[in-house]
Amino acid sequence: MKTFPIGGVHPSDNKEWSCNKSIEVLELPDVVNIPLAQHIGAPATAKVAKGDKVLTGQLIAEATGFMSANIHSPISGTVTAVDMQPNGQGMRQMMITIKREGDEWMPEIDRSSEIKRQCSLESAEIISKIKQAGIVGMGGATFPTHVKLSIPDGCKAEYLIINGVECEPYLTSDYRTMLERGEELLVGVEILKKALNVEKAIVGVENNKPDAIALLRKIVKEKNFAVVIEPLKVQYPQGGEKQLIAAVTGREVPPPPGLPIHVGAVVCNASTTLAVYEAVQKNKPLIERVVTITGKQLKEPRNLLTRMGTPIATLVEKAGGLPEGDVKVVNGGPMMGRAMVNIDSPVTKGCSGVTVYSGSEVYRMEPSACIKCAKCIEACPMALEPYLISKLAKKQMWDRLEEEHITDCIECGCCQFTCPAGIALLDYVRLGKQTVMGIIRARAAANAPKK
Amino acid sequence: MTVLFYTILTLSVLGILSAVILYFVASKFKVEEDPRIDEVEKMLPGANCGGCGFAGCRGMADALVKQEDISTLYCPVGGADSMKSVASYLGKVAPEKEPMVATVRCGGVCAKRPRTNEYNGSKSCAVVASFYVGETACAYGCLGYGDCAEACAFDAIKINPETGIVEIEPDKCTACGACVKACPKHVIELRKKWVKNRAVYVSCVSKDNGAVTMKACKAGCIGCGKCAKVCAFDAITIEGGLAYIDSQKCKLCRKCVNECPTGAIALKGMEPLPKEPKAPAAKPAEKVVEPKAEVNKESVNEQK
Repeated sequence: MKTFPIGGVHPSDNKEWSCNKSIEVLELPDVVNIPLAQHIGAPATAKVAKGDKVLTGQLIAEATGFMSANIHSPISGTVTAVDMQPNGQGMRQMMITIKREGDEWMPEIDRSSEIKRQCSLESAEIISKIKQAGIVGMGGATFPTHVKLSIPDGCKAEYLIINGVECEPYLTSDYRTMLERGEELLVGVEILKKALNVEKAIVGVENNKPDAIALLRKIVKEKNFAVVIEPLKVQYPQGGEKQLIAAVTGREVPPPPGLPIHVGAVVCNASTTLAVYEAVQKNKPLIERVVTITGKQLKEPRNLLTRMGTPIATLVEKAGGLPEGDVKVVNGGPMMGRAMVNIDSPVTKGCSGVTVYSGSEVYRMEPSACIKCAKCIEACPMALEPYLISKLAKKQMWDRLEEEHITDCIECGCCQFTCPAGIALLDYVRLGKQTVMGIIRARAAANAPKK
Repeated sequence: MTVLFYTILTLSVLGILSAVILYFVASKFKVEEDPRIDEVEKMLPGANCGGCGFAGCRGMADALVKQEDISTLYCPVGGADSMKSVASYLGKVAPEKEPMVATVRCGGVCAKRPRTNEYNGSKSCAVVASFYVGETACAYGCLGYGDCAEACAFDAIKINPETGIVEIEPDKCTACGACVKACPKHVIELRKKWVKNRAVYVSCVSKDNGAVTMKACKAGCIGCGKCAKVCAFDAITIEGGLAYIDSQKCKLCRKCVNECPTGAIALKGMEPLPKEPKAPAAKPAEKVVEPKAEVNKESVNEQK
């Protein structure tokens, strides 16, 4: 069975809490907050003002430039504010607040559950529809999908890889989507194939989800889809774009600014593929997604179909409320998620799950000195030296960090997970990466006008 | 015995030979350096803090000797005295700059700015600022992990565990600016240094609107503009919901301090003006400066 060649760890997957809970539709929230920056790139530009009436699925913020995404209203009602508000990490962010009145949808959206397989649109039309719908990578990276599908000159896509790996522990939203919306997802794959004009489409699924693999294979056989379902050996971070390409095709993506397309691959997340299906065949913009709310101490972990902008506190309530004592709520999973200080913050396009920890799980291990055991180097899937880059970031040696390829880091957290001394390697690696990326951008901006 | 003799002999010959070679090489490739650089370096404080913009005092001394016009060079640590002696030695005009002091513009002590969460990660302001708001709800104030204290070469900065924010000792501060660069929240500013470390400044950098600021911190500036109205010297500007006192224009009249509804304007080294407008303005202010501000507040209240 295939897997990626370098590094990787095996955290306990903890998916048993929510993997058997089928997707439930969460009641509509009374008030939603929609951040204008829910994707990588420039934040969208608000198209509504205080007092405006909006319908479900109406465009409320438009993409600012190419590397950006549209945002649509997830509910119908009145805009009550367009203002700075604290996000999950407490940082101020521009958000549109909408108060709900009923649930009136835009008339062009097809809300029937009938599966529409036939797609007569051309590649450019499909991409434009995806752009209109504001679809971004829903696995967490939130890279605008239309940018990914627009192949740069001189490159050719050979493989379309659908990421159904969901290697992050605890999370089960992609898994449930594959199980319950498998056929629609596969139609989405066909649409993406057409948009990219590729022959080969592969759905990568880790073999800890045998039922999903079996089901998808059954649908492929019965309904005659030209898609390969590829079981992968369990290893974190297989769901990383570069790791998945390496696992499936054996090709290595060159370091930044190298992109997957340079080795002829385009990777799309499973939930994103479903969103593509809905956008192209049903005219439905990206206004809702499946969010896993889970945790060992939660009374009722669930997979909830949630409208964007719903306060995370609502999901926590739905799962039986926060446990007693010290609690940590993380937006995402334990490896890559970000702890939240404000659980009234909204569900966004990249939020695939919310995990709740309590008791001793909340606290980090007390760090001790680095004994140079090199476990972090062994675990790093990008073949970096985490102990070194974290140390260099601590000493603010930004030039050296750039030489050590810190921009290659995918922030998967394997180094910190594997560290026997409990050193918070990723804290400083992230800081270093952020700073070095800033320096590189500033340098590019300074050099640009001279051309 | 012979072994010992030959060993000593060989090594001595080798040593003498090397010395002769080194002597000729050294005189052939001698680097002529201005002897004044050494002298100037001795006059500089020798802290190698980098406050002047050079890597160390030697670099600064080199520039002082080589540049015709030294008005752009200034050693904040040595200050005017050291610059004057250097200038008179070199026969150049000494650059003039008034003394400055680093000031922490945050009044969010624990009592006024409640903790909303507990942070368990790396104790560094830069790390914390890179991904989240900090242990309080204020997104702008001092985080209190002491990146500035670590950057300070003069031991002038301490974290006060009771208030949770850093404090700068004005007498030790040399205004080298290392802390200003180290602070990821841009809370620290170099301001004009008055005698007896007197200072009036807005002790808040929050750009949130009033309601959000007040929710996070009871000592925050809400941008109400009362201070700007009362200022007779045009020193106070309100921008983005935040008041700022220009230390160059401020004359320390202290009128703004009493106007501020949240107490965000800090007053150091002086007694506040009496609260009541009718009271004889000069009297309490002229009193002998007592060490603690609270003591004097009580006495003012008694007078009322």
